[in-house]
Amino acid sequence: MSSRRAFALALGVCAGLVVLFLALPVVAIFVDSSPGALLESLGEEGALDALWLSLRCTAIAIAIVLVAGTPAAYLIATRSFRGRAAVITAIELPLVLPPAVAGIALLASLGPSGILGGAIESAGIRLSLATAGVVVALVFVSAPFYVRQAIAAFGAVDRTLLDASRTLGVSEARSFARVMIPAAAPGLAAGTALALGRALGEFGATLMFAGSFQGITQTVPLAIYDRFATDFDSALALSAVLVAVSAAILLAVKLLVRGEPLGGWGTR
Amino acid sequence: MIRLGACALAALTSLAVGCGGNGDDRPALVIAAAASLTEALEACADETGAELGAELRFSFAGSDELAAQIRQGARIDVFAAANAQLPAELREEGLLEEPVEFATNELVLAAAPDAGIKSFDQAAEPGVVLVIGSESVPVGAYTEAALGRLPEAQADAIRANVRSREPDVKGIVGKLTQGAADAGFVYATDVRAAGEALRRIPLPPRARPVVTLAAGAVSAAREPELAHRYVEGLTDGPCADALADAGFGPP
Repeated sequence: MSSRRAFALALGVCAGLVVLFLALPVVAIFVDSSPGALLESLGEEGALDALWLSLRCTAIAIAIVLVAGTPAAYLIATRSFRGRAAVITAIELPLVLPPAVAGIALLASLGPSGILGGAIESAGIRLSLATAGVVVALVFVSAPFYVRQAIAAFGAVDRTLLDASRTLGVSEARSFARVMIPAAAPGLAAGTALALGRALGEFGATLMFAGSFQGITQTVPLAIYDRFATDFDSALALSAVLVAVSAAILLAVKLLVRGEPLGGWGTR
Repeated sequence: MIRLGACALAALTSLAVGCGGNGDDRPALVIAAAASLTEALEACADETGAELGAELRFSFAGSDELAAQIRQGARIDVFAAANAQLPAELREEGLLEEPVEFATNELVLAAAPDAGIKSFDQAAEPGVVLVIGSESVPVGAYTEAALGRLPEAQADAIRANVRSREPDVKGIVGKLTQGAADAGFVYATDVRAAGEALRRIPLPPRARPVVTLAAGAVSAAREPELAHRYVEGLTDGPCADALADAGFGPP
């Protein structure tokens, strides 16, 4: 065998292994649970509550991330300032934090005995063991996925577009809304999809910071964990629902923009 | 290039083997134990390990979660649960050898010292934030049993104050020590392990559930002989002393 063919074969084997390893567990969820059991699990006490809570909290969290994260990413992408690298690192850090660390960090900062806990409490806001706490946890873990991608997307927009718009006397605020956001849209959408997926699947930080209570703080991942030991079938079915919802959201975002976020030579 | 790839592959393989292999030549004994047993079983681990000539590896979690792992075929030699029911269930399913009751515990109300809760009756006051165990873990099941023996109005008032149902006892203790909740139902040994951080408030005598802990060798254990000896050592030997030191009662 020539070394070229050997290399091609090695590539193929590795790609096959990667796809198999990543897809097998997900496929197993659907193979192990029948569509009947899936529907039945949704009728079970608490399952719909969990799904509704997950969707609600994720929607609110992503709205917050988009509204605050888009201008922040634009600023970081278009200006050069001292400490820019440090700022980017700070934004990216939650990406690599284990969920338990994220939970501890939230407790230490925003929890009742955390550094801002007193101020939050005197403002009459309750975060721990409350739905608002779930939203905070979701924002914390999902925002870096969006902001990081958004910085890259704004940074990749051709500068001359913005300059042309300025020459025509358009204010920067207007150019940001009319030129930059549309130009960066595919990247922003990709970031949104990642953040959505991360938020929907959030588990550890939510459990540690917000607790687990049906209808208040028990999101789908927590409900799955609660069922896992006593009722594996129902946990499996609920997992299948979560996979289906996440996949649907991912697909919808991709179709909406029609841009290929992970482009490659094959897609050109 | 190919040589570099081969090196990387070899390095990866040796890493993977390193993860699975023993740190020493002694056989490894995998012990899955309830989260509430963490301090006691770790305290006697060195001595017991030397006695058995085995390297002890612990997995502490909610008993229900550990039982589920055994049902899913996880490689576990010994199962030590926070109740007697889960080992009995596994025994019936043919997954566990005859379980041995090795200790007792007491369900108590634990309060954060600044929460101002000093008596059991205060748990039913409106506005008090309680955390309890999920019904799927033993501590939660015991809590439900205790509430079931209280007057209905009191039990309902207590349930209305519950703001989180945690998947294991450490989650409850953590919420209390972080000030996220005022009080919660845990084992007496957890309050003892937390030191000054928690105040122990006994349950009314009529509501106290009998908390019996049982352990057994997993039928599919890779080290059945060592597993049996470990289980026996829980009632007689360094681990029995460590359990007593941690506040567990005799079986």
